[in-house]
Amino acid sequence: MMASDSLPVAAQVPAASAAEETLLACPDCDLLQRLPPLPPHHAASCARCQAPLCRHKPDSLERTLALALAAAILLLIANVVPMLGLSVAGREAFTTVLGGVVEMWREGSQVVAMLVLFAAVIAPALEIVCLLLVVLAVRHPPAPHWVATLLHGYEFVREWSMIEIMLLGVLVALIKIAELATVIPGLALFVLGSLVFLLAAMAAAFDPRVAWQRIEWAAGRGPDGIAGGRG
Amino acid sequence: MSTTAASARSLGCAGCEVCGLVVRLPVPAGAAFCPRCGERLHSRLPASLERTWALTIAALLLYIPANLLPVMTTNTPLGAVSDTIMQGVVELWSPTSWPLAVVVFVASVTIPLGKLIALAYLLLTVQRGSVRSNGQRVRLYRLLKFIGRWSMLDVFVDTFVVALIQLQPLMWVEPGAGVLYFAAVVVVTMVAVNSFDPRLIWDLPQQEKHAHG
Ligand SMILES: [Zn+2]
Ligand SMILES: [Zn+2]
Repeated sequence: MMASDSLPVAAQVPAASAAEETLLACPDCDLLQRLPPLPPHHAASCARCQAPLCRHKPDSLERTLALALAAAILLLIANVVPMLGLSVAGREAFTTVLGGVVEMWREGSQVVAMLVLFAAVIAPALEIVCLLLVVLAVRHPPAPHWVATLLHGYEFVREWSMIEIMLLGVLVALIKIAELATVIPGLALFVLGSLVFLLAAMAAAFDPRVAWQRIEWAAGRGPDGIAGGRG
Repeated sequence: MSTTAASARSLGCAGCEVCGLVVRLPVPAGAAFCPRCGERLHSRLPASLERTWALTIAALLLYIPANLLPVMTTNTPLGAVSDTIMQGVVELWSPTSWPLAVVVFVASVTIPLGKLIALAYLLLTVQRGSVRSNGQRVRLYRLLKFIGRWSMLDVFVDTFVVALIQLQPLMWVEPGAGVLYFAAVVVVTMVAVNSFDPRLIWDLPQQEKHAHG
């Protein structure tokens, strides 16, 4: 065990006894620092580069579960009801998010169609489902190790889930089309708008540290946070 | 700061990139796995500079056809008109919708190019072993990570214009080859930023041996 007293304490947290502290290496600058337990709603940042390290989120699991359930329902609705309609010379046409993907595919841009499908439908769905399964599985610790895989997948897929960007894209498309035809905003547009806020609230409510503490270790229980590498 | 600031690497440890656990690395160095999440542990991302350079240069090459080729073609009985990204911005410019034109211009032209210049700057300063303005450079990295996704805006705009304007034989819109290149630029630059390890910014030119303040 190293002499952890010589290490700096993460910024913006009050001092505490050494026994309750955890060790943390900043992901942005690798500074090793001690992290005392955080009071409710407090956030800790790196003592050297000010990277946000973690935040204490009260009732994280319950709030995440509620928000993820609501988001799952909204995402389902958003993908079945019409999003945009067009009326020109007595003809009306409606499209959904998936309709846009299908049209792109038919017009020969299959790669772009797949990318839009992934960023606007699959990634948000995976984001919600992964988180839903994680918070349900860690209710009774220790959670089995496949939860760790899901949690890793959630962190990856979050960056590629782009509903808020798609919504802005739809808005720009709407303005572009408005000079050619009458545009009819569909129900899905408003559902997607609410979903953007719900997804942001869901990510903000979730505390990955709480989940990690409740997941079974890959290599059995290690000692005080400093463990020997395997193999 | 009164206490000694030392990186995890200089103390023979690494923070797991997936779950955050601080783990002592084996001596002599070899493949190590996080005991909690089972992922491979890296003191620094392997070949981070080489991979980021390769992806940055690839994105720069893709950026050229992305801006020169049309992203969509509008067909009417009178003929066909093709638009590049820049022409799309110009057409969107009007007394009422100019703020959106600015947003599309920033997301499609400024951000991808700015991202590539910023990545090259970060790579060059790390390779020169610069120790100046570390705080600003890491903030630049965090900005790149945050805004990069928004370049996908034009891909969505083109998709939904194509999806809606299918009024054959009056008027219909087809996607152009530019969309594919542009989407590739966005994806490749996002991967490039992810392959850059910001911890390299703080490493001293020589393998750091002593804790520094
Ligand atoms: Zn830091
Ligand atoms: Zn781990």
